[in-house]
Amino acid sequence: MARGLVAVINRLPAWLAMALVLGLTFGTLAAVAARAELGRGVSSADWAAVRFTITQAIASALISVALAVPAARALARRSFRGRRALITLMGAPFLLPVIVAVLGLLAVFGRGGVLNGALAALGFPQISIYGFWGVVLAHVFFNLPLAVRLILQGWQAIPAERFRLTASLNGSVFRLLEVPMLARVVPGALLVVFLICLTSFAVALTLGGGPRATTVELAIYQAIQFDFDLGRAALLACIQFALGLSAAFVAWQVTPSQGMGRGLDRIVQRWDKGSVGFDALALTFATVFLALPLLMVLLRGAPGLFDMPNAVWAAAGRSVIVAVASAVLCVALALALAMRGGVAVSVVGVLPLAASGLVMGTGLFVLVYPFVSPRSVALPVTVLVNAALALPFAVRAIAPAVADAKRDYGRLSASLGLRGWDLLRIVVIPRARRPLGFAAGLAAALSMGDLGVITLFAGDAQETLPLTMYRLMGSYQMEAAAGAGLLLLALSLALFWLCDQGGRRDADT
Amino acid sequence: MKTTYSIGVAAALCATSALAETPVLNVMTYDSFVSDWGPGPAVEAAFEEVCGCDLVFTGAGDGAALLARLQLEGKGTEADIVLGLDTNLTAAARETGLFAPHGVSADLDLPIAWDDPEFLPFDWGYFAFVGNAGEDAVTSLRALAESDTKILIQDPRSSTPGLGLLMWVKAAYGDDAAGVWADLADNIVTVTPGWSEAYGLFLEGEADAVLSYTTSPAYHLIAEEDDSKVTWAFDEGHYMQVEVAGKLAGTDQSELADQFLAFMVSDGFQSIIPTTNWMYPAKVPADGLPDGFDTLVTPETALLLSADDAAAARDAALEEWRAALSQ
Repeated sequence: MARGLVAVINRLPAWLAMALVLGLTFGTLAAVAARAELGRGVSSADWAAVRFTITQAIASALISVALAVPAARALARRSFRGRRALITLMGAPFLLPVIVAVLGLLAVFGRGGVLNGALAALGFPQISIYGFWGVVLAHVFFNLPLAVRLILQGWQAIPAERFRLTASLNGSVFRLLEVPMLARVVPGALLVVFLICLTSFAVALTLGGGPRATTVELAIYQAIQFDFDLGRAALLACIQFALGLSAAFVAWQVTPSQGMGRGLDRIVQRWDKGSVGFDALALTFATVFLALPLLMVLLRGAPGLFDMPNAVWAAAGRSVIVAVASAVLCVALALALAMRGGVAVSVVGVLPLAASGLVMGTGLFVLVYPFVSPRSVALPVTVLVNAALALPFAVRAIAPAVADAKRDYGRLSASLGLRGWDLLRIVVIPRARRPLGFAAGLAAALSMGDLGVITLFAGDAQETLPLTMYRLMGSYQMEAAAGAGLLLLALSLALFWLCDQGGRRDADT
Repeated sequence: MKTTYSIGVAAALCATSALAETPVLNVMTYDSFVSDWGPGPAVEAAFEEVCGCDLVFTGAGDGAALLARLQLEGKGTEADIVLGLDTNLTAAARETGLFAPHGVSADLDLPIAWDDPEFLPFDWGYFAFVGNAGEDAVTSLRALAESDTKILIQDPRSSTPGLGLLMWVKAAYGDDAAGVWADLADNIVTVTPGWSEAYGLFLEGEADAVLSYTTSPAYHLIAEEDDSKVTWAFDEGHYMQVEVAGKLAGTDQSELADQFLAFMVSDGFQSIIPTTNWMYPAKVPADGLPDGFDTLVTPETALLLSADDAAAARDAALEEWRAALSQ
């Protein structure tokens, strides 16, 4: 009896996490559908949006991952000054609010940007960023760093002993270790980038050049805000889920399941150095591509930084609190799910990414409104939603490490009678520190930059930093908005760095 | 135990009587109205001085999102007043059956006659393309379509200026609108989800002009002492945006709502509008318009489809727009 109770309590966190994710995805969808009246159904324009969405998401995923592999490989096998800083910097684009990143990109690639300035000075014709490839460029900018981190983790999961063995056999590291590792890691990375691009809205529209670049998410926006056709919005959200789940199914099918096995956590020594020139090229390209637009964000924001109204600082404080709270919640839920393992992990790793932010917000609003004023729960709801939205990344980062720890040390732990919290504390958490830190940092930073449900829920004095930034822009305060954007970038990076660093401290032993 | 109980009751009674003394008027509006730089804070202070009430503004996203938010809340809405719809949305708003007559008969200073019984204007403006001073000004929509001038516009599906331009082309060209859009397609650098993105890109130098309002240069002139932005006067005339407020039939503060609507077209409210919302006041205050507004382009022809015509034209016009720009 008591044992049964313990088992229930041990499973409870995982069930809660599952319930939260299902509630926020399918639950909100059902809430929206329940409010729907007979609408027009899905139009031919909507199907065009579906086609565009799939095409750009596939192109973005393929290019991001193709560029990420050489960069991750270079980071994995080279040590140089500033390597850590570079890895942290890699987090930045992914964490930026869309409009900040877009303005940064345009300062480099736009009509009045640095690149066109240089081309004009050299007498070359101008290039235009707007259109299909502009959308892909922006998505690669956002997702290349994430892909690098996901793939880099694959390299870091190869035990030092494997390299030693391969070297002593005079075998090819590429063929014996890297190809099997990539086969295991790349489908997941492709899937994540595909899913992120699937729900893109503002990037696609702003850089896409017009209604050709309509995504499903924009069609949902139109259905809700313009036509108030909740039925069509729900249908489109279902299509979006179906696309996400199909992609996930394909990725699972092609991913081999066996891992690299356990090692003694020695410092990895590499005897294969490969071409230094190639690695340098890969890293330089990635760094310049990512850092130039960020530099522009810095330059644009710096003048406004000292002339921002107090409301911005108050909003920044609120955003940090929300970010930390959702990071803690997210990591706890992810750990619970990872300990449980199995299909739950895979499903949760996909659903929130394929969900429409607008349907989620609208559904929550419909659910909450009859009971409490949405204003009074704005920040808690934001914490909850942000935690759920970061959960796929956190689970993806943590689950392999937890699964390895359980597989490699499960029997030993069981024989020692380690269970529950003790098992987590002594065995799992130390072995999963690096991904835990990464996941916490990512969750915090994603939450900082998120401008989702808060727009529907916020009342007076509840604005988060991204919302304040948008409101500044809406009031002609472009300079202050650029300052707020820079502050947002700095705070996101700082949170990410703190968590990530916390996870890596002494982790190279 | 008993003491705690009576303290509790006393506290509850105090709270209720405090509430009874200061009634709350809930006004739902768009985000930029409530921001620190918008009219919200000043309007709140001015009205609370005379009403003995607590005026609470709730920002509900941008203008386009406002009506959807109200429809979502339905009859149960806390809002007593909705402020910030424009004439392209009032037909749909009226159809919800949530609004009551405003009962205000004010002598408004609009370029057009106003007799809507449910929606009362608080400000208005002309849509216009804003460009840089010193560059060649374009003089009509047709000329713009035939030129190489690069412009930024907003998506009519997600932004009120974007929808305004759709109606502008429709009002000026009727059945030829599709052709005008086809010619405009190569002038459009990109279409942004909202006004902020487009205006931000314009200030970054991404295009020669951006769809905004004739009053936009007034902001740069008055708030930043910068006269480098100008609007282009178009021969076809300029489409108007008339921003209105309405009282909800289900309000529990009917008298207070009436008082607010009357206040809305008085000097106390109207004198705040020009330099916070950067629009023309619906009723010019006794002190007149602020310096700088006299420098603005005043279109010779004001275009505006009636609420019903706008609603009737909307879906077909959107389809024309989408088809022309998707080529």
